[in-house]
Amino acid sequence: MTTIAQITGLSHRYGDTFAVDNIDLEIPAGCLAGLIGPDGVGKSSLLALISGVRKIQDGVVQVLDGDMRSNRHRSKVCPRIAYMPQGLGKNLYMTLSVFENVDFFGRLFGQGREEREWRINELLESTGLTQFRNRPAGKLSGGMKQKLGLCCALIHDPELLILDEPTTGVDPLSRRQFWQLIDRIRARREGMSVMVATAYMEEAEGFDWLVAMDEGRVLATGSPAELMTQAAADNLDAAFIQLLPEEKRQGHKELLVPPRINQEDSTPAIKAEGLTMRFGDFTAVDHVSFEIQRGEIFGFLGSNGCGKTTTMKMLTGLLPATEGKASLFGNPAKAHDLATRKRVGFMTQAFSLYGELTIQQNLVLHAQLFHLPEKTIPARVNEVIEHFDLKGYEDHLAAGLPLGIRQRLSLAVAIIHKPEMLILDEPTSGVDPVARDSFWELLIGLSRNDGVTIFISTHFMNEGARCDRISLMHAGKVLASDTPQALVDKRGKQTLEEAFIDYLEEATTTKEDRSEKNTGEITPATDSSFQSRPVFTSAFSPLRLLGYAYRESLEIIRDPVRLVIALLGTVILMFIMGYGITTDVEDLSFAVLDWDQTPQSRDYIQNMSGSRYFIEHAPIHSQAELDQRMASGELSLALAIPPNFGKDLKRGRTVEIGVWVDGAMPFRAETVRGYAEGMNYDYLIQLARRTLGEVPAQTIADVEMRYRYNQDFKSLYAMVPAVIPLLLMFIPAIMMALGVVREKELGSITNLYATPVTRLEFLLGKQLPYIGLSMISFFGLTALAVFVFGVPLKGSFPALSLAALIYVSATTGLGLLVSSFTKTQIAALVAAAIFTMLPTISFSGLNEPVSSLEGPGAMIGRFFPATYFLNISRGIFTKALEFSDLYADFLALAAFIPVLTLLSLMFLSKQEK
Amino acid sequence: MMQHLSNIYRLGIKELRGLWHDKVLFLIIIWAFSAGIYTKAIAISSGLHNAPIAFVDEDRSPLSGSIINAFYKPYFKTPEFIVLSDIDPGLDAGIYTFVVDIPPNFERDVLAGKQPDIQVNIDATRMTQAMIGAGYIQNIINGKLLEFVQSSRSGAVLPIELATRVKFNPNLTSTWFSGVMELINIITMLSIILTGAALVREREHGTLEHLLVMPLGAAEIMLAKVWSMGLVVLSAAGLSLYFIVQGLLSVPIAGSIPLFMFGALLHLFSTASIGIFLGTVSRNMPQLGLLMILVILPLQLFSGAVTPRESMPEIVQVIMQVAPTTHFVSLAQAILYRGAGFNTVWPNLLAIIVIGTVFFFIAMARFRKSLAAA
Repeated sequence: MTTIAQITGLSHRYGDTFAVDNIDLEIPAGCLAGLIGPDGVGKSSLLALISGVRKIQDGVVQVLDGDMRSNRHRSKVCPRIAYMPQGLGKNLYMTLSVFENVDFFGRLFGQGREEREWRINELLESTGLTQFRNRPAGKLSGGMKQKLGLCCALIHDPELLILDEPTTGVDPLSRRQFWQLIDRIRARREGMSVMVATAYMEEAEGFDWLVAMDEGRVLATGSPAELMTQAAADNLDAAFIQLLPEEKRQGHKELLVPPRINQEDSTPAIKAEGLTMRFGDFTAVDHVSFEIQRGEIFGFLGSNGCGKTTTMKMLTGLLPATEGKASLFGNPAKAHDLATRKRVGFMTQAFSLYGELTIQQNLVLHAQLFHLPEKTIPARVNEVIEHFDLKGYEDHLAAGLPLGIRQRLSLAVAIIHKPEMLILDEPTSGVDPVARDSFWELLIGLSRNDGVTIFISTHFMNEGARCDRISLMHAGKVLASDTPQALVDKRGKQTLEEAFIDYLEEATTTKEDRSEKNTGEITPATDSSFQSRPVFTSAFSPLRLLGYAYRESLEIIRDPVRLVIALLGTVILMFIMGYGITTDVEDLSFAVLDWDQTPQSRDYIQNMSGSRYFIEHAPIHSQAELDQRMASGELSLALAIPPNFGKDLKRGRTVEIGVWVDGAMPFRAETVRGYAEGMNYDYLIQLARRTLGEVPAQTIADVEMRYRYNQDFKSLYAMVPAVIPLLLMFIPAIMMALGVVREKELGSITNLYATPVTRLEFLLGKQLPYIGLSMISFFGLTALAVFVFGVPLKGSFPALSLAALIYVSATTGLGLLVSSFTKTQIAALVAAAIFTMLPTISFSGLNEPVSSLEGPGAMIGRFFPATYFLNISRGIFTKALEFSDLYADFLALAAFIPVLTLLSLMFLSKQEK
Repeated sequence: MMQHLSNIYRLGIKELRGLWHDKVLFLIIIWAFSAGIYTKAIAISSGLHNAPIAFVDEDRSPLSGSIINAFYKPYFKTPEFIVLSDIDPGLDAGIYTFVVDIPPNFERDVLAGKQPDIQVNIDATRMTQAMIGAGYIQNIINGKLLEFVQSSRSGAVLPIELATRVKFNPNLTSTWFSGVMELINIITMLSIILTGAALVREREHGTLEHLLVMPLGAAEIMLAKVWSMGLVVLSAAGLSLYFIVQGLLSVPIAGSIPLFMFGALLHLFSTASIGIFLGTVSRNMPQLGLLMILVILPLQLFSGAVTPRESMPEIVQVIMQVAPTTHFVSLAQAILYRGAGFNTVWPNLLAIIVIGTVFFFIAMARFRKSLAAA
């Protein structure tokens, strides 16, 4: 038997914990190989290491006859492997349509338009997604998302398909269809190897070959039948439990549900009457009614997207119902009813705890928020840690833990305050069988012993069978509601699963969305010229780059609000800054302490208050008042005219006027001082003219001030050409800064790891649309400057546009750099804001040239793109300069692009660490 | 009541833990409050500093020499001598902000009382420097000429002299100003970004929904963010004021630091409320990023920390009355430079509280609605 992957001595650690502990394994080629085992035993880590997505720490992994530690081998075999990460649609783009998602992956694998079109049609047809071709991925149900993920993974005809828990959180019908699809694909593409991690043992029974794992080690390998024989068990679930080491098996026993004792209080715990929810013209929940008694376990079963979650949200008051009524404990469900909320424990479908806190911290926080008595908290937290088998994980950050462990944490949080009612939305999806059983044991105990009402939704039929009553839901409507046994009997089936699928099929055949079910046979496309084309990888592919650029553009266009803020925002800021920022200092407040009170002194004051620069405030009466009024900031300037001013002036004696300037703002103080001196000078000349009838030789020479480029010394003319570089720095950098880090935070960064796209293609591809968007801003801003502000563009417009193009490439590059070294979007925002605002406003020559700066600021200014574009923009706008006059600035500006790109490349890695 | 307070406290601790976990963010915050402020304070001179100047000396007389010698550091860079034809290229390329042309026979003409012209070319695109420098140059040349004339013939003495004293910052040391103003800018910027982003992040990750099904009110969730992020920014600001502004930059603080910190506290409440408000308006992080730029830039540029408020257009002055930064900048200048006390600054404090409360309640009203929309 040939092998697809050979693993020797492989270990992988996160901190001190071994996720994979010295594994040796040979995985046979051409078969459906499954990884089974509880949560957190290293299944996902192993798959990620085999696929080359995660960096190997220790050991050897040989995949497709080569060492996965070698970069060259990885990039060679990458196009032959497909990897689909854990989580519903984790590597999909929610705003993109079904077609666009698959199309994007096709581009990443360098396929031409015709080939992509052909392959996508084929894949969508065989997965029954054709009808939903134009629906955004975010609006698909969980099962459809997984199918779409599969399409994306299969677009390049991989030889090895790696699926990490592809059916977790998917309803039974969709799950069945999913595996049928995989079977058909395998039948057609002979020789394709598939590796799957799964939490569903009944699925694994159908696989060719299995690896049972526990605590980072391999327990056993072989076909399902072999494993069952080895463990002497008649189903895989039991076999797995038998394979576990002795101490782990302890305490596990068949679950029995004791009958429910009727409660005395007959008010229903939950009552829903005609509950309806509409989003626009789409009815998510359509007149749903039910009653749940106290202490009852009530199950909600239904396909993905059938309205279960929405119903639960209406019960908790998170969503106000469009129609109908819901009440908890006889009180209507309201958003602000804190008292009721305390009696309810709620668990949402998506993991919604704090990834940045440890398990222990998360539990303690919730215990505190529910106001458990401080003394009992440690004991209670330990108790639930024990119950949910979270021991050993207490000090781990929740974000780094496997899905199953996080689910258990969410559950633990939901019951920490011992609520009287539990509303649980798919609490056990992704949780391994042993943990699921112990969780149910707990639920049954709560219900039977403490009379807790439990309202639970699930995809597991054996869980549904344990409920007192269940409702089957589809497309917003309740199909049937009864005890599980009654439902099975009604349909004349053996199991609940069969009964359920029967109900669903009946409901869907009457509906038009049958096409999802349409699983037409795939016609073997042997005649196609695209089939099994030679695999090649180039070091740089413009097609892959454009693939990313195209995807990013689509995402921008799908978020019109962002687009509008980006474009309109620049215009608004241009107006605000163009008109608002002036360096003309006018309307300064001043007041006079006049000791003299003669016509002469009043004449002097008159000279000042008559100017446009100063506004006179009420006179000052004492030195103390002068100090106080200056301290309050009321006065920028105070004058003290001495006694006998008038007399002395007449006698020709030199008199001295006291002048106080508010130095709190040095720039203003400089200006005030200059004005005061200038005005004094003017007054003297006037005085001389009046008294002597002629001007004495005060003016020895004329100092002729020539304000170049801006004759009237208008702030606007100087400001507008400077605002353009400012805005083309902030907005592109901020938008770009979220580019990479957002993919890191939301998970789609996996596509960089798992596809042949190189880091450079990824970076440049993401950058291109923002450069385009910024150029649109640039043309808008220039038009605004010329036509609205009336600032003439004296120099060459093509030269300015070229400079702008280079500049926005550099500013988006700066954002990209920030994005590649930060880990969270918040950090990226803060970094982008601080590292662009401070240097642009202060160190790039906006108010004074960089050559006048001192210290590190001068250095920063010299190595900042805004400095050069500011010079170019002003040069071309006001000085009528051409390209030839400014080529040095152009060169300096252009040099930023490769430097920034290289730095970004350094911080970005092609594998997960 | 105790329960509300305890909830707010616990949730705030959670925020702090999250922040501590993000080391890159933490380092950036530290950088901004230390190196950022220091760099800005010593780099920028709001007065005239190192202005590049050149002379075309066509006279080469003792008088022209003495005029040129009057331009020296730190106001001007050491003057360069160029020829007439270099004036335009020099200004075009931005090498000089000022070029002074002293014509041939200048000294002779002055002595002959012919009032010759001396030409000063100014690159008027260089806003602040051009404006202040022009005044300096005029005064220096006039002074030198007067000195020259008085020494050559007994001339008239100016009958009125101004004894100018600059209060609060006698030497107009610009680090005093720019250091503190940068501190204020960073306080404003960080408090808005941190709280706004903390909210959007919770929504993107679904944790906000989770909080809302617990016995918690919107106000508690918001206040937790306000106090925790406020605490981080306030302590960073306090340390920065002590070690960087007073220590490294040796800026003398005239007034009461506790009073200033109290003002900063109120200011943080209002900016953090604005941050949360923006968080409720935007649906995702990229939108928030752009909105923040739109809000923070005007808040900073028109607060009076960059250019004097008096010279802004009337309408801007009026609008900026509802911006907390305007009041905080005015309060900070009054306390830190002019030593003003509570009696002087209480109207500013009151305005900040009112603005903060209004934004807080608007944000609260939008809180749940924004969740349903997301």
